[in-house]
Amino acid sequence: MTGLTPSQTVGPFLSIALRWPDGPYVVPEGTPGAVWLRGRVLDGAGVAVTDALVETWQADPAGRFDHPDDPRGATAPAVEGFRGFGRSETLDGEFAVLTLKPGRVPDGQGGLQAPHLDVSVFARGLLDRVVTRVCFADEAAANAQDAVLQSLPPASRETLLAHAAADGYRFDVVLQGEGETVFFRV
Amino acid sequence: MTDGLLPTPGLVRARYAAVPAGVHPELLSPGYASTAARAPLRPPVDLPQRLTEITGPLLGEGRLSARDADLTAQHEVEPVGQRILVQGQVRDSDGRAVPHTLVEIWQANAAGRYRHLGDQWPAPLDPGFSGVGRTVTDAEGRYRFTTVRPGAYPWGNHHNAWRPAHIHFSLFGRAFTQRLVTQMYFPDDPLFGQDPIYAAVPEQARERLVSRFSLEQTQPSWALAYEFDLVLRGTDATPFEEQDGQDEA
Repeated sequence: MTGLTPSQTVGPFLSIALRWPDGPYVVPEGTPGAVWLRGRVLDGAGVAVTDALVETWQADPAGRFDHPDDPRGATAPAVEGFRGFGRSETLDGEFAVLTLKPGRVPDGQGGLQAPHLDVSVFARGLLDRVVTRVCFADEAAANAQDAVLQSLPPASRETLLAHAAADGYRFDVVLQGEGETVFFRV
Repeated sequence: MTDGLLPTPGLVRARYAAVPAGVHPELLSPGYASTAARAPLRPPVDLPQRLTEITGPLLGEGRLSARDADLTAQHEVEPVGQRILVQGQVRDSDGRAVPHTLVEIWQANAAGRYRHLGDQWPAPLDPGFSGVGRTVTDAEGRYRFTTVRPGAYPWGNHHNAWRPAHIHFSLFGRAFTQRLVTQMYFPDDPLFGQDPIYAAVPEQARERLVSRFSLEQTQPSWALAYEFDLVLRGTDATPFEEQDGQDEA
């Protein structure tokens, strides 16, 4: 057992390295059914953070991962060009990733999880990433069966729900204070 | 499409050991002013490790282009400053190498200035230096960059605040759970004592962020070498199989 490397803030200049031209594209533009997931990262004063980085990780629409540690076996994505991973800055006040709603993934206890994306937020002033989940307000039936969502008080649960918008979904991350997003220890 | 929807009992087990106390900084660290309005105030909720957490993006060679690992060879002119090698191993806390994983770095130039519009302090930009590197670890988890030693730079956190020279590192590992962004420092930096970002790390873990000068790895008549190993979360599967499922209860 050796000591883990401690985390440090990503700092204010992350965009010189971590901005990828294809970062926001979990799926290529033009993919049928693709939706934009957009939102702000708000600080404790309600001000939109413009130097944050938001990353997303998710199953494909069939609920599978192209990864050897998925005990069902790595599966080539059900959709051409599906990467599972998205990365967006908030330079213009919002992050945006183009993706497909994930399928339901087994919860290891005989049930299914609600469709979800795991989210990391990095920023100046965050000495470690914060982790949350995006679920979907229009998946009420699946959400009602999701052990993680159901373990939370309703007001907290609401902070994890993305709501339908013109070209996809909206999901704001509230770092601190009233309406603070539920963050997870993974 | 349907096989992914079938519930499969016992499919998921916790794979990554919990992070012990005394490793990562407290999010609310009063010495670092920017944490005041950004650090969450509520404690995090435990999330059982399921498939989304034990998998992650496996980003490799496809993210690289030529000369990404040599920050001194990305322009027509060479950068000024002390040429250095920065190299080491990425492994997990069980001591296993983390092979074929993307490592991204970024840094100020030798004068302490970033090539970023938001950095306007009166130090020169360097036409020979972007300060951005990428590589993928080899089969033994090893990586190497060629770069120049970054300068220190002032910032507005407190009166006469200066960041110690550092290089930012971003790593994925093989699972969402292992994701890490950190900073590498240089030995014996006199600026450590006044830096709230370095000091936010619990004292016993701070030295893990400080690279080691290596005369053995230094290349004669070419470049000084610094070694910096990174340790990501390991699995707790091997010796304690029985306890693996506890987090799901």
